[in-house]
Amino acid sequence: MNQSKAIIAIKDCSKHFGPVRAVDDISFDIDRGEFFSLLGPSGCGKTTLLRMLAGFEQPSMGNIFIDGQPMAGVPPHHRPTNMVFQNYAIFPHLNVRKNIAYGMRTSGLGRGEINAKVDEMLELIKLPGFGGRAAHQLSGGQRQRVALARALIKKPKVLLLDEPLGALDKKLREEMQLELRLLQRSVGITFVFVTHDQEEALTMSDRIAVMSMGKVLQIETPTRLYEMPNCREVAGFIGSMNFFDGRVSSAAGEAATIDAGPIGQVRGVANGRLKVNKGDAITVAIRPEKINLSNEQPNVGHNVVEGKLGPSTYLGDRSYFYVNVVGLAKPIAVASQNADRATGQHRADQKVWLTWREESVVLLDR
Amino acid sequence: MANKAIAASAARAAPRPASGVSAFFLKHEWARGYTLLSPTLGVMIIAMCVPVFMLTAHSFWTQNYLTIDKTFTFANYVQFWEKEIYFKLLVKSIKISAIVTFTTVVLAYPMAYFMAFKVKKNKLVWLILITVPFWTSFLLRVFAWKIILGFNGVINSGLISLGLIQEPLEFLLYNPTAVIITLAHAWAAFVILPIYVSLEKIDRSLLEAATDLGDGPVSRFLRVTLPLSMPGVIAACLFVFIPTVGDYVTPKLVGGTEGIMIGNIIQSQFGKANNWPLGSALSIYMVFGITLCVLGFLLVARLITKGGSLKAS
Amino acid sequence: MSIVASKAAKSAAHVHVPSSIMEGRPYGGLFFYAVFYLSFIYIPVLFLPLFSFNDSIYIAFPLKGFTTKWYGEMAASNGLIEALKNSLKVGTAVCIISTIFGVLAAKAMTRYRFPAKGPITGLIMLPFVVPGIILGIALLILTYSMGMELSLFTIAVSHVLLAVPFSMLVLISRMEGFDKNLEEASLDLGEGPWRTFWQVTFPLTLPGIVASLLLCFSVSFDEFILAFFLSGNEATLPIYIWSQLRFPSKLPSVLALGACIFVFSCVLVTFSEWLRRRGVQVKTASSV
Repeated sequence: MNQSKAIIAIKDCSKHFGPVRAVDDISFDIDRGEFFSLLGPSGCGKTTLLRMLAGFEQPSMGNIFIDGQPMAGVPPHHRPTNMVFQNYAIFPHLNVRKNIAYGMRTSGLGRGEINAKVDEMLELIKLPGFGGRAAHQLSGGQRQRVALARALIKKPKVLLLDEPLGALDKKLREEMQLELRLLQRSVGITFVFVTHDQEEALTMSDRIAVMSMGKVLQIETPTRLYEMPNCREVAGFIGSMNFFDGRVSSAAGEAATIDAGPIGQVRGVANGRLKVNKGDAITVAIRPEKINLSNEQPNVGHNVVEGKLGPSTYLGDRSYFYVNVVGLAKPIAVASQNADRATGQHRADQKVWLTWREESVVLLDR
Repeated sequence: MANKAIAASAARAAPRPASGVSAFFLKHEWARGYTLLSPTLGVMIIAMCVPVFMLTAHSFWTQNYLTIDKTFTFANYVQFWEKEIYFKLLVKSIKISAIVTFTTVVLAYPMAYFMAFKVKKNKLVWLILITVPFWTSFLLRVFAWKIILGFNGVINSGLISLGLIQEPLEFLLYNPTAVIITLAHAWAAFVILPIYVSLEKIDRSLLEAATDLGDGPVSRFLRVTLPLSMPGVIAACLFVFIPTVGDYVTPKLVGGTEGIMIGNIIQSQFGKANNWPLGSALSIYMVFGITLCVLGFLLVARLITKGGSLKAS
Repeated sequence: MSIVASKAAKSAAHVHVPSSIMEGRPYGGLFFYAVFYLSFIYIPVLFLPLFSFNDSIYIAFPLKGFTTKWYGEMAASNGLIEALKNSLKVGTAVCIISTIFGVLAAKAMTRYRFPAKGPITGLIMLPFVVPGIILGIALLILTYSMGMELSLFTIAVSHVLLAVPFSMLVLISRMEGFDKNLEEASLDLGEGPWRTFWQVTFPLTLPGIVASLLLCFSVSFDEFILAFFLSGNEATLPIYIWSQLRFPSKLPSVLALGACIFVFSCVLVTFSEWLRRRGVQVKTASSV
């Protein structure tokens, strides 16, 4: 068997619906055993890409390989992939057991073996004894598990999940996120997970591909994606971010000093992903939680700005402060952990100083 | 176990190079769609488009006793204008249909409104009550009116036996009014459904918004409900108007000589008069007349709705 | 704030507005209008069964007494039995053929994207609105041009033409009523298109298919306008009724026949309407 690292290889894939380019010349690999997420706003092409992996759509151009086999012209029912649909697609005319066993007819196993396997799956999804239930008697979470079992019983090489948690309420969703992650670890099957929820993608994935307008913007591990986004769009889509326009005033290796107008001189490290030269127009990005808010003027010459405290929002575990800086159209967002009981030491209109560390600065192309 | 299963699935996925044809169908969704559609479409084309084309061809030929002279001619079309009865009948038929359409729509609207907004329980029962007559025999419904309106019919004999009149009322049957009443009854169910559907589709929160913004029931109806139900009303009008213009059964049964319509003349060309080319030409004129009226109607409807939305803004 | 929230919740759930907001009481003037309207639709037709039991050759008040002899007379008529057989033959053929065409077209319309879908739908729907007389004479001309004889076959062809749009609409709404993903799930789980159709599409569409069979049958069974032009020596029931209308002495037994047909159609249609409207009321209603 082909044991290369990649289980899925997508090569120069495009999908056009009339004039719309739903997927626009995408190439990347998904590794064996990986929990891989496709993240992006609705209409970014992530579902189309997933449906191309499943075989429901054929690429207009390019090729998809699964486990080394080209998938062009292979219909969905001959592919080594299985899918968990957005609304689960539980067959309403079949009970839970028959739903789970649905794909086993082609396995060549006997009735007894199939029954044993179904029981095993029911155990795995923690719904033992639910085999006789009708589809409409299940709750949202239970339907989701049945859909999962129905796909996993086929031991696919790749499990495709199309926003499977979208229909669940927040609490259940968080539980299922964890459960799904553990399940993936235990069965060792590659999961390709489509979601528009960045938090969900960060929580669950080994790697994430951020998509927009049919293109893949960045593929990274959650940490690196959050800490080192490679463009303004990714930075803005994942978490929140303060952006400032500036011009490189001096550059030495990866370190650079940027003249960012209203917020003064900013020092940052380019992290090897961007070549900075003196005079370049670039964007400086800083996450709200990486900015320190203080009432006294710190004694530093860079990475500091003076401002006036604007409105704030209290979120329990943390608070958001919005600081108005002369010359900036938008206030700077600052998040601070409420490690101690909130004391109300920050009052509106108070004069404050914002500081941040060099390593926290992300330099992006403008 | 798991490995075995995976190995099995690998065998399943082992390149199954789809043959040229199936690969083509797999790749092109439209090809699959058209293939599925082709039998139905084929039947519709053979049983409808081809015959209508031949009908048109016939209208340019002439009847030569028992044979058809296939020399191209406008003679039948000219003949239409030579005897003014044809044009008069066409106009009369359109007039009758227009009155029927107007009557049925006006009568059906409150009924549809009631079903869409007032019926909470047993909606299914109401819907079925309304749709069942829609499917039952048109001929029987027309026939029912013949026995109701007849000289010795239900109304006359009923009124006489009640002592209200001495002599049967002669004006009930065999006139255009009888045709209109009968058609209005026969087509009643056809108009309710489109109107009902368009009313049912209206998002109820729009009505709440209108109320919230200060509209009373009447102005809310005029400013929100009615405009949003116009597509259904227009569809209902077309559903009734177009087929009724060519009706020949109703005039024949209840219309008498006074209530005769263009459909009767066309029908007789294919029957006793036996002049198919003339009948074809007449039917082309009828279709032409209907089309003109429909286009005019749609134009007016568009102007009104546009004017309405301008006023609203 | 709370008002806004509750309103938002209401509209989100798309519940019906309480009657206090909608004008009038549930059984206000509109209810009486509705009852009046239904009476207008039903009462004229109910005279058929009423007079079919009247012991008089004249269809007139006052009623003379109860009899079932007209039904006996009706049943004894050979022509009628022949016509009934013909109608059943044509109706059965028409409902099966139309439903097959309807299933194919509805599946194509609901499951595939392809260019010119709108115009094609319009074309298939055309028999809905084209005056029957046009279709009738056009098919008559075609039949003669092809050198064919008028027969039950020509009637059946014209009825298929009428029934296919109904069938397609009923089945489209049924197929839209369940998730396209179900069929994809079946494919995804390894069943081919053919088995997917029989294991998923067919059972889920079955109520629609039965409704379509019944509706198409009743369309054909009651159809007169086209059959009038296209019938040869063998008459269908409506044609037979038409031929009997000329003889006043036959009227009572025609009434009996009409009453039977009416009751039969009502049962058929009620059942099929109930089948297809269950659960998908609004959606299905939009189909007719």
